[in-house]
Amino acid sequence: MDNGTINGVIIILLIISFVGLTLWAYSKRRKPDFDEAANLPFADEDEPAPHHRQDSPTDRTARADSRDKQGDTNA
Amino acid sequence: MSTAFEHPTYNYKVVRQFAIMTVVWGIVGMLLGVIIASQLVWPELNLGLPWTSFGRLRPLHTNAVIFAFGGSALFATSYYVVQRTCQVRLFSDKLAAFTFWGWQAVILSAIITLPMGYTSTKEYAELEWPIDILLAVVWISYAIVFLMTIKLRKTSHIYVANWFFAAFIITVAVLHIVNSASIPVGTTYSVSVYSGAIDAMVHWWYGHNAVGFFLTAGFLGMMYYFVPKQAERPVYSYRLSIVHFWALIMVYMWAGPHHLHYTALPNWTQSLGMVLSIILLAPSWGGMINGMMTLSGAWHKLRTDPTLRFMVVALSFYGMSTFEGPMMAVKTVNALSHYTDWTIGHVHAGALGWVAMITIGSMYHLIPRLYGRTEMHSVNLIGVHFWLATIGTVLYIAAMWVNGILQGLMWRAINADGTLMYTFIESVEASGPGYIVRLIGGLCWVAGMLIMAYNVFMTVRRGEGARQPLPQTA
Repeated sequence: MDNGTINGVIIILLIISFVGLTLWAYSKRRKPDFDEAANLPFADEDEPAPHHRQDSPTDRTARADSRDKQGDTNA
Repeated sequence: MSTAFEHPTYNYKVVRQFAIMTVVWGIVGMLLGVIIASQLVWPELNLGLPWTSFGRLRPLHTNAVIFAFGGSALFATSYYVVQRTCQVRLFSDKLAAFTFWGWQAVILSAIITLPMGYTSTKEYAELEWPIDILLAVVWISYAIVFLMTIKLRKTSHIYVANWFFAAFIITVAVLHIVNSASIPVGTTYSVSVYSGAIDAMVHWWYGHNAVGFFLTAGFLGMMYYFVPKQAERPVYSYRLSIVHFWALIMVYMWAGPHHLHYTALPNWTQSLGMVLSIILLAPSWGGMINGMMTLSGAWHKLRTDPTLRFMVVALSFYGMSTFEGPMMAVKTVNALSHYTDWTIGHVHAGALGWVAMITIGSMYHLIPRLYGRTEMHSVNLIGVHFWLATIGTVLYIAAMWVNGILQGLMWRAINADGTLMYTFIESVEASGPGYIVRLIGGLCWVAGMLIMAYNVFMTVRRGEGARQPLPQTA
């Protein structure tokens, strides 16, 4: 194989992995996991709450869900 | 550094050390920038001494702002974020302390050797081989502390910010070691193992990925934690953040040749670098949109929260400079912009507008929490700092755009008989006013950093006075 063919094969492999990654990331099955991960910054509240941040983990998941309905229409 | 704030679970000591040094090195690095900007207005300010000449102080400025200021900020935030999102203490307190003192030793070595003229001459990698070895040891220790902390995590997921931090740490280790490979000729002199165009290509593979991983991926890690925290809502789309991560790290790796347009580098390599630089716009803007949209439904917070304003303006400048970059990588645009002040303007749109602004926003969130408080000493002073930083950045980049296009056009202007219309010194003279405006922009930045230092000092002092122990974490 000459250089051009190898380059072409690499490009096709990269495109396939990119499309695969995107499909994986946007699959419905992954959504609960990602909602949980997205809330990790709020999972260890040890500081005195600034004003009213006393929500439970379920509230946070609910919030991520509702955000999804507002803006993120990729579901 | 009182022990009153020792967190029951986390190692905050090393985070506090790096956070304070971020402010200190920020002032030092930006002051050096103001000094060399002044030298371009008043050349006598080099004092006629070799140690204070522009050519020696300029690499000291770049090393101080990138590695001392930016590096300390990355250490502080990555150690904080990895502990809090993995809900576990750092892997090793001793090794973490070694990374702090080792990193400070590297910075002090730079402050001593660069003005003395010891340099490998590779831009952004000027330090000579003994310091390079120390840097490599410190960096590998950093990688061990960070990655082992992820391994010990109590959570099932690895939060996206940690992916960005991990990619930044691993890639910088590879870049630094490959690019710095050299044959020592004495303790203060070495010769690169690469030669000619290959040396140039290796160098800009390093150089552009220093931008892509040190100044982008690392600070995106900061963005993915501190923007959601400060906006008090999770990131807009976690799915987009995953696509953003993989696309960004896969594409950035190949964009280096755009630093070598119209040089001895093979033409196909230049064109490939150009094409991949243009593709890079997509992941960059994906990340910017993800950060910005995290504020949807919370835009009103910008009115009262200058810390959040720092972060949003940082994202705006990130979007702007990641549009400007691909454009400048186009060969025909580069024919005008290369070697002019436009490049310096572009770098500072990224370095001041993005890197420094997101760092400062993150520090204003982080520092009070490290000292048992919820808010900085003065929110109004954060607001003053915000405006000084924003106006300073705009003045800086506008001045460099004008100068850059002016220089590019003057250098390429040709008389009817084919001779050059202007001498080089005429383009230097024409750049004078722009250099003064740039100096004013830089002074705004240093003034802002001094206000930050005062605010941080008062926050730390008040915090230590309060001595309220942190409640136990769950």
